[in-house]
Amino acid sequence: MVPAMAISFQTHPDRYKHWTLTIDGDRAELVMDVQPFGGLSDAYELKLNSYDLGVDIELADAVQRLRFEHPEVKVCVVKSGQMRVFCAGANIPMLGSSTHAFKVNFCKFTNETRLSIEDASHHSGQKYLAALNGTCAGGGYELAMACDHLLLIDDGASAVSLPEVPLLGVLPGTGGLTRLVDKRKIRRDRADVFCTTSEGIRGKRAVQWGLVDEIAPRSKFDEAIAAAAEKLAASVEGTKGPGITLDPVVPTIDDNGNLVYQYVTVELAQDARTAVLKIRTPDEAQPTTAEAIQAAGASQWSLRAFRELDDALLQLRVNHLDIGLVVLRTEGELETVLGIDATLYANRDHWLVNEILAFQARVLRRLDLTAKSFFALVEEGTAFGGVLLEVALAADRIYMLEDEDEKVAVAVSDANLGPMPMSHGLTRLQARFLGDTAPIGRIAERKGERVITTEADELGLVTIAADDIDWDDDVRIALEERVSMSPDALTGMEASLRFPGPESADAKIFARLSAWQNWIFQRPNAVGPEGALTKYGMPERPTFQWTRC
Amino acid sequence: MSLTDSIPNNVDLGSDRKLLRALEKWQPDFLNWWKEMGPDGFQEDKIYLRTAIDVDPKGWATYDYVKMPDYRWGIFLTPREGERQINFGEEQGKKAWEEVPGELRGILRRIIVTQADTEPASVEQQRQLGKTAPSLYDLRSLFQVNVEEGRHLWAMVHLLHQYFGKDGREEAEALLERRSGDADKPRILQTFNEKTDDWLSFFCFTMFTDRDGKFQLAALSESGFDPLARATQFMLTEESFHLFTGETGVERVVQRACELTKQDPNGDARAQGGIDLPTIQKWINFWFSSAVELFGGEISSNAADYFATGLKGRYREAAKYDEHQALGNVYDMTVFEDGKLNQREVPLRNALNELLRDEYVADCTRAVRLWNHTIKKQGVDFELKLPNRRFNRSMGIYSGATFDLEGRPISVEEFEAHRAEWLPTLEDRAYVRSLMVPVYEPGQIANWISPPKKGVNGQPFEFEYVQFNQ
Repeated sequence: MVPAMAISFQTHPDRYKHWTLTIDGDRAELVMDVQPFGGLSDAYELKLNSYDLGVDIELADAVQRLRFEHPEVKVCVVKSGQMRVFCAGANIPMLGSSTHAFKVNFCKFTNETRLSIEDASHHSGQKYLAALNGTCAGGGYELAMACDHLLLIDDGASAVSLPEVPLLGVLPGTGGLTRLVDKRKIRRDRADVFCTTSEGIRGKRAVQWGLVDEIAPRSKFDEAIAAAAEKLAASVEGTKGPGITLDPVVPTIDDNGNLVYQYVTVELAQDARTAVLKIRTPDEAQPTTAEAIQAAGASQWSLRAFRELDDALLQLRVNHLDIGLVVLRTEGELETVLGIDATLYANRDHWLVNEILAFQARVLRRLDLTAKSFFALVEEGTAFGGVLLEVALAADRIYMLEDEDEKVAVAVSDANLGPMPMSHGLTRLQARFLGDTAPIGRIAERKGERVITTEADELGLVTIAADDIDWDDDVRIALEERVSMSPDALTGMEASLRFPGPESADAKIFARLSAWQNWIFQRPNAVGPEGALTKYGMPERPTFQWTRC
Repeated sequence: MSLTDSIPNNVDLGSDRKLLRALEKWQPDFLNWWKEMGPDGFQEDKIYLRTAIDVDPKGWATYDYVKMPDYRWGIFLTPREGERQINFGEEQGKKAWEEVPGELRGILRRIIVTQADTEPASVEQQRQLGKTAPSLYDLRSLFQVNVEEGRHLWAMVHLLHQYFGKDGREEAEALLERRSGDADKPRILQTFNEKTDDWLSFFCFTMFTDRDGKFQLAALSESGFDPLARATQFMLTEESFHLFTGETGVERVVQRACELTKQDPNGDARAQGGIDLPTIQKWINFWFSSAVELFGGEISSNAADYFATGLKGRYREAAKYDEHQALGNVYDMTVFEDGKLNQREVPLRNALNELLRDEYVADCTRAVRLWNHTIKKQGVDFELKLPNRRFNRSMGIYSGATFDLEGRPISVEEFEAHRAEWLPTLEDRAYVRSLMVPVYEPGQIANWISPPKKGVNGQPFEFEYVQFNQ
């Protein structure tokens, strides 16, 4: 059920309904205790620590705050606040009663949250320990697999399981299949057995097969958690901090639904099914030293603008389903962005810079993975330089105005040359010029300079360069034509074209989700009147159509 | 003695390589478990026990003195004439399964393992009770119950061994590894981790908890998986003695409470060294509320699945119901929402746990009526009551809220204010335990309980039901 009210992605530990975050020195504890009647909708009950989008929004917030507000934390223990159950996964009645679009967006967001846990471990040295005190099923096990270390209670009953295929006729939708074979390197034949055994695997065998890293009896469970946390903490060097406070990122929303943040605005043209997402460069002076970066905290543009962009993307995805095309614009001075980037890359060793860059990279990946068409429009007064050029490079097309005064320009910074990888590991330039390093070399040579339209066109940075006589019509027709096409076909086409080149585990997770799960979610065997997802919890059993295709 | 000779059976064990291989490993493990976790002591004593030796309703059991470790735990399936059909659910009318259908392996295994786990659990819970038996008659009853729970374990393990391959053998081993009340390896269902350390608790256990078993077994005896239906049907034959032990046990404590109440100038049975009726009521409140949890969630997709797949029927499905789909009908369930009791219509299949619980509550109500008849005959002014099923619940739709004995919603404070009046206190438990002194002389009995109306197998109460080793 799509809640009638628009969903907000902003929360704070003081307002969590389902999680408790506590910090003790370099340790954190994140305790999941889902309130059965605290879901986003009344249509379902969140039994046995099962989750809906609201629960995951809190988790995403906690993971994010740990990185920025508590950088001193080296290990976060994810626990359950409920007896004999860790987490039963995504709530099935919630999925059963949701629209297809909501299910897809739910799965995408939860996937991004799991990846943010792995990202925190990889880039910030914040390790996650899953303390599995009981039933750990489906999405619960997928959450656990996103952690660095899985400790399962050995009580003769508690098992880890992925029962989606045998019980629900769908797939583990949060990267479970990929993490089994790619991350945990479970033998594929064993993975086959595991994924079709609804009761899962427990105890010694779970360790033997590599499904968990360790088991401990109930009486020694807390001891084992402490020891494993100690070991994980020892693997992280140095100390970081002090943390900064992440202030709320709340847009004002007018009657039209337009979102206005400090640096980001989203203007909706509901009838045209388009939106204009604009990012403004700051007028205020930005920090130029590490000390100033630390002092500026969440107010500096490099963090604030990307938090706003992040929220705007989520709003567009979940609350504006019919918007098919987003025009990406920027406003301000190229030099401002280049200056900000230069300061950041000169201070990459500073913990907060490291976090800001990693966060920008995540937001850009969120953009890559958003199922809307993106066209970037580079005109006079725009500031597509460095990290904002990266925003343009994430778009499906870049239109650039060819002006006689040569005022329209883009610029390259370090941000375009490595630190903002897409989810398959390539930079956006590498993906753009797949297998050919020469163009990237030519572009890199221009780092820090204004690159005017004719040059940008020659360098391959522009899809269409148009002069001011053609510009208005070319752009208008391109937008109108684009939004007239099938949104499903466009989603599939864009997802296929945006990621040329190799796959990584991260990329596979989204590719498989889009291709397989979202297909299965539409099939009669899952959601038809006799489908397994429809019939789950109902008096009747599902009836399958046996055609394999 | 060879394995086949020592195990009475009607499953042609001698020529069944699969079963023999499994049992060669499991039987010694079972005996080790029995020695470690079975009755503490008494293993060298000779007990007058009945042993199932056949499936003939007239002569299925034999009585003789036997040392418990030498008890011949056997494997019996109630014989079947002709071809049986699946009698309910979505496969109704098809031939009953003789082998595990692959698509139902998971749920069938869960049903069998959950049932099986309760059998050794109860033996473990009761292992200290022999030391405080109120009479030899009761000591024998305890051991009879124990060895037969052991045999019920065998019955379920036979199904695991015969029909579930390697997976089944591992589950059978795990049944011997879990331990009642052990923090690390607890039994699956919480009631089977409760302490049963006084004889009033033992009688309440066999009255209330074992009675859950009766209804579960009866529902499984309707199963479309024929070996399960036949195994549980035969288990019910033995189970009735356990229920008899509980029901008459409580009745005998009630009878004695009445006698001592009348005997005491102040009408205080405790002053006469007995268990008073209000204390018995508290034990009933505790054990009944614990046992009703065993029926599972009031609104349950598992229950619907078990029925739809033809694996677990309603109580007396074939005999009692005209239609066997349980679709289209609703169950009018009392639910607790927003601080109020409301009626809500639940699809019948999803309410089958509650329907089975209804049968159980009715059966318990009948027993309480009999006990009250005993009290009335004694001329004592007291009435025992079965608490409402909502009272003192920690699972299901009534957990998390508090209800009084009549099932009316009350505040937590109110519940706590009445706790000592409604449920056994530490002092009550200590008092009852203080009465638990063994009486091992034939024909003698402890002061807090009346002798049974008759003995076992036509023997008098005075019969030497247990012959001690020295």
